Amino acid sequence: MSEIASQSTARVDLLLVADIVDRGARVLDVGCGDGALLQILTRDRNVDGRGIEISQAGVNGCVAKGLSVVQGDADTDLVDYPDDAFDYVILSQTLQATRRPRQVLEHMLRIGRRAIVSFPNFGHWRIRTELMFRGRMPRTEALNYSWYDTPNIHLCTIHDFVHLVDDLGASIDRAVALDRYGAKMRVNAPWWLWNMFGEQAVFLLHRKRG
Amino acid sequence: MAIISVQEADNPSSRIARFGPEKPLQMDAGPLLAPFSIAYQTYGELNADRSNAILVCHALTGDQHVASAHPLTQKPGWWSAMVGPGRPIDTDRFFVICSNVIGGCMGSTGPASTNPETGSPWGLDLPVVTVRDMVRAQAMLIDHLGIETLFCVAGGSMGGMQVLQWVASYPDRVFSALPIATAPKHSAQNIAFHEVGRQAVMADPDWRGGRYAQFGVRPTKGLAVARMAAHITYLSEGALQRKFGRKLQDRVAPTFSFDADFQIENYLRYQGSSFVDRFDANSYLYVTRACDYFDLAADYGGSLARAFVGAATRFCVVSFTSDWLYPTSDARLIVHALNAATLPVSFVEIETDKGHDAFLLDEPDFIATTRGFLESAAIARGIVQPSKAAAAK
Repeated sequence: MSEIASQSTARVDLLLVADIVDRGARVLDVGCGDGALLQILTRDRNVDGRGIEISQAGVNGCVAKGLSVVQGDADTDLVDYPDDAFDYVILSQTLQATRRPRQVLEHMLRIGRRAIVSFPNFGHWRIRTELMFRGRMPRTEALNYSWYDTPNIHLCTIHDFVHLVDDLGASIDRAVALDRYGAKMRVNAPWWLWNMFGEQAVFLLHRKRG
Repeated sequence: MAIISVQEADNPSSRIARFGPEKPLQMDAGPLLAPFSIAYQTYGELNADRSNAILVCHALTGDQHVASAHPLTQKPGWWSAMVGPGRPIDTDRFFVICSNVIGGCMGSTGPASTNPETGSPWGLDLPVVTVRDMVRAQAMLIDHLGIETLFCVAGGSMGGMQVLQWVASYPDRVFSALPIATAPKHSAQNIAFHEVGRQAVMADPDWRGGRYAQFGVRPTKGLAVARMAAHITYLSEGALQRKFGRKLQDRVAPTFSFDADFQIENYLRYQGSSFVDRFDANSYLYVTRACDYFDLAADYGGSLARAFVGAATRFCVVSFTSDWLYPTSDARLIVHALNAATLPVSFVEIETDKGHDAFLLDEPDFIATTRGFLESAAIARGIVQPSKAAAAK
């Protein structure tokens, strides 16, 4: 799933995600691609990292780097992980490509004490503009696919995501939106501004007790 | 040929460790086996801190000659793609041990070995052997070699079952594990194929209730049929189609007879007849039975994860897309259990049409994956590369 989001945007959110994770934590990276994030986490933050990746090439690359990565599918394989097995479960630029994003999130919140999710914001003003003024399905640098061959089958806006988190009874510990240059937006900016100008978002979630 | 085979059973063309009455092998079937022998080969050198030993576990009809010529067939070692200088299991870097399983016929105690009490081959008097017995015997060999912890235990098929059993039985003695094209238990279909093979052996009039050696005969026809049936399960339909299709053997039209008109028939007959030159029929009964009885979860209250709890062994599990004998779904059972037991596990399914036998072949993605896994594990274990070791001298 490494090629779903373009590499340049992925790099920024990897560093942002790595920044959130506590040192020495147990981490599961779902859709870990070539293992770039796991490698950063293992090397710089001393985490005990595991990964799931759908492509054989990705898994091979990870195994060669000494990472513990299992070939598998976020939609079908998370069910096999026990409750509370990890401190963090990370889904980086992959949520929109899952068949059942809600169930994937539920499993993440079950398996991990915390979940970190990054995704492209379909509410960004450029995307809105494409549909409104050109009347075409939006194609952007970060989501550069035609409607008929995109792997991104469940796109959402930041606003949508916040609603889903609420429905799942989870809490948002941190939320960061990145503009198109990968810069963090002002933390005190209102939601509607994020939803309009954030090109991607990173959320740190945990399930509510009880 | 029969005489040569018996010679390998009692006096193998390899190293042999003999365990006397003071060191019996406790067998799952109940009895203590003593005395008993383990025939083994080693390659490479054990390093000063004894940390670089890899135990290779062979499959059903394999043997200890993993990376050197077979003494009877003169063919190259059965896993030359994986084991040797510069190969993933690098004999310039690691000390590689491969032993013939208990129940085998290449020098470890098996039905073709001489029973010291009678002076005749054990035959069916040998207690039925299990995968756990094989591993228990290997552990005694490893003790005998003065090795506390194995850097890696690796193997495919029945060898993979031994890998899983090693970690379950001796979690502290296995740093890394490489189970390939294997399963945590034998399925009904697997048992069924093995039973066909055993019945073919026993239906041969020369089998003589397992006492053929005493009569100076061998049930070669039955054993060849067993091998032919088994060999089909090691391939895939796609590979058979690609390699043979409906092509005829040295003829332009069917002969309207029961000759081997088709190339596939000729191929299987060859596989059957060459197999009987190097393998003992009773041993075939024992090793197939050992696989059938293998059900690791059953030994741990039905929970496969419990077999691995407490181990810290790093795993790399490998399966092949066209392997229908031990399909990827079997490998996933292992991976799920390892995850549930929170062991560090990698898993890769290799795309190939070569079926179960792919694990014996030079499949580039397979070789690259195992190389990467062992390389990173060796770094974690502090085993230096041969070039660096040479530079330090």
